[in-house]
Amino acid sequence: MTGTAVAPPTVAKSAPPRRTRLADPAVGVWLAAAAVTAAGWIVVAARGGDFLTLANVVGILQNCVALGLVAVGQTAVILTGSLDLSVAYLISLGTLVAATTMEDGSVVTAVLAVLALSAAVGLANGLVVTGLKVNAFIATLGTAFILRGWIEDNYTGPAGKVPASFQHLGYDRMGPVPVSLFLLAAVAAALWFVTRRTRFGHHLYATGGDEHAARLSGVRTRRTVVAAHVLCSLCVGAAALFLAARLGAGAPWAGTEARYDLESIAAVVLGGTALAGGRGGVAGTLGGVLVLAVLDSVFNQLGVDPFFKNVVRGVVIIAAVALYARRGTGRPA
Amino acid sequence: MTTANPTIRPYRRVARSLGTGTPVYVLLAVLLVALAATDPGFYEPDRFLAFVKRAAPLVILAAGQYLVIVCGEFDLSVGAIVTAGVVVAAELYDSYPDASWAVVTGGLLLAGALTGLLSGLITTKLRVPSFITTLGMMLILEGAVFFWTGGSPHGSLPEEFRRLGRGTAGGWLPWAVLACLVAGAAAVFLMRSDFSRTLIATGDSERTAALAGVRVHRVRVIAFVLSGVAAALAAVLVGGFSGVSAQAGRGYEFEAITAVVLGGVVLGGGRGSVVAAMAGAFSLQALFTLLNLQGVSGALESTVQGVIVIAAVGLGAADFSRLRRRRTHPSGGTPS
Repeated sequence: MTGTAVAPPTVAKSAPPRRTRLADPAVGVWLAAAAVTAAGWIVVAARGGDFLTLANVVGILQNCVALGLVAVGQTAVILTGSLDLSVAYLISLGTLVAATTMEDGSVVTAVLAVLALSAAVGLANGLVVTGLKVNAFIATLGTAFILRGWIEDNYTGPAGKVPASFQHLGYDRMGPVPVSLFLLAAVAAALWFVTRRTRFGHHLYATGGDEHAARLSGVRTRRTVVAAHVLCSLCVGAAALFLAARLGAGAPWAGTEARYDLESIAAVVLGGTALAGGRGGVAGTLGGVLVLAVLDSVFNQLGVDPFFKNVVRGVVIIAAVALYARRGTGRPA
Repeated sequence: MTTANPTIRPYRRVARSLGTGTPVYVLLAVLLVALAATDPGFYEPDRFLAFVKRAAPLVILAAGQYLVIVCGEFDLSVGAIVTAGVVVAAELYDSYPDASWAVVTGGLLLAGALTGLLSGLITTKLRVPSFITTLGMMLILEGAVFFWTGGSPHGSLPEEFRRLGRGTAGGWLPWAVLACLVAGAAAVFLMRSDFSRTLIATGDSERTAALAGVRVHRVRVIAFVLSGVAAALAAVLVGGFSGVSAQAGRGYEFEAITAVVLGGVVLGGGRGSVVAAMAGAFSLQALFTLLNLQGVSGALESTVQGVIVIAAVGLGAADFSRLRRRRTHPSGGTPS
C-alpha cells in the first residue's frame, strides 16, 4: 500500500545490544506481570484464598480482552508519535450500532457496519492530524466530542438487542479458554506481524522515531499516520463488537465508564512503548494489559476498596514509566 | 477585556502585535457579536458580569495550563485537583465547622501547589512524560478522595467560604470576576518577567535552553506548581459557585487544554501568549453560552464544540505554518 520504491528497507531501528535484552521494557513488563501474579498468589494464599484457580485465571484473561484490543490498536498509533483519545466514545457508538443493526438485520451486516464506521472515524482522525496539521491530542479529542454529541443526541440509554448467535463471542469457551481470547490473540498477532515484519511496520517505527528523517528517507509519513489511525480504529471496532456480545445490547457508557481512552494509553505506556513514538511494540502492550488485569483481580480477591485501586494504578503507572526512563539509554521517553 | 483591535492600522501590524493568537481574538469577537445578536440583553452589566463569573474558573485553569503547555508539558490532573479541592474543603468543614475561610482557602492553594510540585518533580527528575505523570496523579487524586469519603462526599460549604465563588464585592462586582482579573494580571505580569523567557525557551528547545544556562528542571517545576495553584483557586470558585459534588472538576482538564490550544498556543511548547490562552477560555465559555441561547439541544452541544475546536485549530495551523513559511517539516505528534 505504501509503494515507495525509494524507501530503504532498514530505516526502522538499530538492533539493541544483546546484554540489554533483559532491560527491554517488553521483557520487563512480562516479568513484572509474572511477579505481580506471584505476589498476588502469595498474598491471597496468606489470607486463606486460592488465587491461581482455573476459573480465576480464565476470568483474568477474559478481562484482558476489551482493553487488550483497544490497547493493541492504540500501540500502532502511539508508535507513529500520534495518539487517539476518541476510542472510548467510538466503542460506545460501536456497541450501539452493532446492537441496533443486529436487532433487525443480519449479524454480518452489523459487523461490517461497525468496522466501516470505525474505519471512517480512523480515517477522519488521520486526515485531520496529517492534512489539517491539528495536534493529535486536540484532533482526536475533537472527534471524541463529536461522537459524544452524536451518541447523546440519538440514544438515551441501552438500545438494540444482540442475538444469541452473536453472544457466543462473549460467553463461549473452547475447553477452558474463552473464544474472545482467540479474537484478541488473532488481532494482536496480526498487529505484531504488521508492525514487526512488514514494510509498513518499519515505516511506523521510522515515522515515530523521527518524522522528518523518515520523510527525507522516502517514507510517506502522512499516509503511514493515516493508516495507523485506521488500524487503531478497526481494533476499537473489534472491541466494540466484543463488548456488544458481552452486554447483549448497545450501551452509551460501554466505552466511557471504563475510560478506555486513558486506560489504553496507560497500558501501552506501561508496556514500554514510548509516548513520543518510535519505540515499543504490541508484545509489551499485552504485558501491560495483563499487569493491570492481574492487579484488578488481586484487589477484587482481597476486597480492596475499588477507589483505592485507582490510587495503586496511578502509582504503578508512574513508577513503571519512571523505571523505563531510568533504564533507557537513549533519549528520555 | 480582550477584543480584536479595530483595523485602523494595517492588518499586518495588528496581526503581529497579537501574535499567534489572532484567530482566537477573531473567534471571540465573532462569538460575542453573535451573542449580542441572539440576546440583546446580554451586555447589560449584571448579565455580562455573570457570564464572566461563569467563565472565571476556566480562565484561571487556562492560565495555569498555559504555563505548563508553553514549556512543553501537559497537566491532565487539574480536573482532579478541582474535584479533590471541593471535596476536601467540604470534609474539612464537616470536621471543623468553625474553620476560618481564609485558612481553608490558603490550605487548598498550598495543597494545589504541593500536588503541582510532586508532578513537576516526577516529570523532571524521574523523566516520566508529563502526560503519564499527570494521568497517574489524576487517578491517584480521584481514587484517594473517593476512598477517603467512601464514594460520596458529605458535608457542605458554609456561606463564608462560598462567597468567593458566588458573592459580590460592593454589591455589584462578583468576587469571581475580581479573582479572574487578579489571576489574569498576575499571569500577564509573570509573562513579562525574565522567568517567561526561560519558560518559553525551555518549551522551544530544552537542550538549547539548558546550554544557555536555563535551569530547565526548575522552570518546569515552577510551571507545574503554578498550574496546581491555579487549579486550587478554580476549585474554590467552583465550590462556591455550584457547591459540593463528586463531579465538580470532571472534564475541566480537557476544557482547559482545549482553551489554551484555541488561543494558538502550540502543544509541545515554545509559542503562544497567555492572554490568547485566556481569550481561548472566554471563547469556549461564549460558545457554550451561545449554543444554550440558540437552543441547540444539550446533546449536540459537544458535537458543535468538537467541530469548532478542530476547525479553529486547523485554521490556525494553516495560517501560520503554510502561508508564512513554506517548510515541509510538520510538527504533529505529542511532545515528550
